[in-house]
Formats: sequence, structure tokens, C-alpha cells
Amino acid sequence: MLPSPDEFKITLEQLLPGVSLTLDAGWLVVAPNDLVAVCRCLKENERFSLDYLANLTAVDYPSEQRMDLVYHLYSMAKKHGPVMLKVRLPRAHPVVASVTPIWRGAEFQEREVYDLFGVTFEGHPDLRRILMWEGFEGHPMRKDYVVEDQDVPT
Amino acid sequence: MALDEGLKNELQKQGVFVTTWDQLVNWGRSNSIWPLQFGLACCAIEMIATAASRYDIARFGSEIFRASPRQADLIIVAGTVTKKMAPQVVRLYNQMAEPKYVISMGACATSGGPFHTGYNVLKGIDRYIPVDVYIPGCPPTPQALLEGLMRLQERIKSRSMGQEVGPKQGEYPIPEFGKSGLEPRYNPDVFQPKKPWADPPAQPAPKPAAPSPSST
Repeated sequence: MLPSPDEFKITLEQLLPGVSLTLDAGWLVVAPNDLVAVCRCLKENERFSLDYLANLTAVDYPSEQRMDLVYHLYSMAKKHGPVMLKVRLPRAHPVVASVTPIWRGAEFQEREVYDLFGVTFEGHPDLRRILMWEGFEGHPMRKDYVVEDQDVPT
Repeated sequence: MALDEGLKNELQKQGVFVTTWDQLVNWGRSNSIWPLQFGLACCAIEMIATAASRYDIARFGSEIFRASPRQADLIIVAGTVTKKMAPQVVRLYNQMAEPKYVISMGACATSGGPFHTGYNVLKGIDRYIPVDVYIPGCPPTPQALLEGLMRLQERIKSRSMGQEVGPKQGEYPIPEFGKSGLEPRYNPDVFQPKKPWADPPAQPAPKPAAPSPSST
């Protein structure tokens, strides 16, 4: 059985000295610098065994000048989940460490976030666009993206 | 030269059958339209249902979905044409042998449909290739697809043999991936965008001056 988010926060902070988490309506909000340490602990510690990254996506908040990354973690070994993590990044310069070395399945999801939101994942083995083509400019899922007018000749 | 229907019927009573070359060829063409085995989205599922036994497109001579554009007469653009897929659709069309026909099946292939304002979807395949029949619906039912096929057959029968190939001969330029979409955004030879509806209506022409009586 999965502990409550409060217990999660306390346990993680005990296990990882120097890491501080905040809670926001059931979400564990992790600082960008602590992300890899927290994720590695969540995967490798016997009490969590969160070995499956089900979802990795981003949310754009232009009014607050930030971009949230969203992680949903499950455990196949212990049959529990989800554990939900959020990482808040500055919108002007969204850079975060990649979790692909921890969960291999993050590779394509990080590429998608890179493609559509423009978040850079440091340490990603192959960070290129995955849905749009090479040479496409801009990140279309950002809320300030302006769609081209197809009725005007180029 | 048109065939005199009265004379034809009179001759038939005597056991003489006459026809025109056009009618003979169009009869063959319109009843053996082989579609390309090609689907893009949920419309393709309806297309498959149309080919299956319940709706049975074989009744119209179109049951042989060819897996090669070289052997197909008709491309049913069945589904959302994304900008990434559009060059491939045009290329497939170019590879088909004349005479060739295009059915735009469903809202997406016709206009972009629910993705009309999206960043990734082409607003209608008629921007790059000439479409013969548009089928509305999201997705169209098999009955609608069959209706579209029958309309296409009527179109084929209504033309004389050499007419079809005239306006759509040759290869159509394949769009390329640009910085924000496809380049060119449409082929001006086959498509002209409608004037935006927000444009002010055209001003009525000023009334001509009343003819002066002295001009008589």
C-alpha cells in the first residue's frame, strides 16, 4: 500500500538529506536540481520500487511565467501507484535533467516534450524532434504559439 | 458523335446493337474503379466496413483494393491529412496511372475538419491534388461512401474519353517541409483560397451618370 503524500514527503526528506519537497494538492513538487536524486530513490528504494514511468508531459503557464513538468510513476513490482511529481521550471529557460538513464521509457516522452514545449533535457541520449520535422521552428503546444495562415501563399 | 437513342432502340428490336466508343469505354472505366488500399484515420475504418460483406463495395466493381498506386484508379483520401503525411499523399497520387480519380472522404480530408485551426493538419487535400468527389461526414457512413462512388461513376460516364486526362495530366508538385508548415501552402493551379469572410462586402459600383438629354 502506498503511503500518503505527507508520509512520502517526510520519508524522502529523511532518506535524501538536503532535498526539500513541497506538497500541492497531492502533488509532490520537486526542485529541478533534486529531480534525479528523488527519481533514483523512488525507483531503487525497496519501499517505493516505482519502476514504471507511465507519463511524462508538460503544462505551460504563460501568465505565471513557468512551465510544469508532470511525472506519473507506478510500481509493477509492488502493484501500486500512481505517484505524481511536478517540477516547476522558468518558462524563459526551461532546462532540467533527463530521467532517461533511470527509466528507459522516458526517452520518447522527453523528446515529445522537447519538440512541442521546448524543454531541454540535459543528459538525454538523443534529444531531437519526434513529431514535427527537422527544420520546424517553434514549439506548437506552447500557448503563445501562433499557427501559420495556410491561405496566404508563402 | 452522339448516338440517336430512337435509332438505337429501333435497331435493337431488329437484333442490331450499336454503341459509341465513349459509352463502351466509360462503361468499363466506371464499373471497375480499383481504389488504392490507403487509409489515414478513422475514415479508413468506415472504408474497410464498406469493403466488407455487409455494404459490399464489390457491387460497384470496386472491391479490389490495390496495394500499389500503379494498379489503382482511385485514391480515397480517408482521414486526417497531417502536414507530415501530405507529401506522401501527393506522391502516391503522382504514381497512379491515368485515368485517375480522387475522393476526399470526410471532413478532415476536405477541410481539416475539427483540426481546422490546428498547427499540424492540412486544411484539405484539394490544396495539392484535384478532387473529383467530396464526401461530408465525420466519419461518413459506408452508405455515404457508396453514394460518393456512384457520383464518381456518373462523372466518369458524363465525359467523353479524352476529356478527363486533359486538366490533370502530369505530376503535381510535392510540398516540402518548411519552417512553420508546408511550402508551398497550396498549389495555385488546383486551389485558390476563398476570400476571408471577414472582408467587407464589395462596394456597389457607382451609378452611371444619368444620360443628359443633349446627347440624343
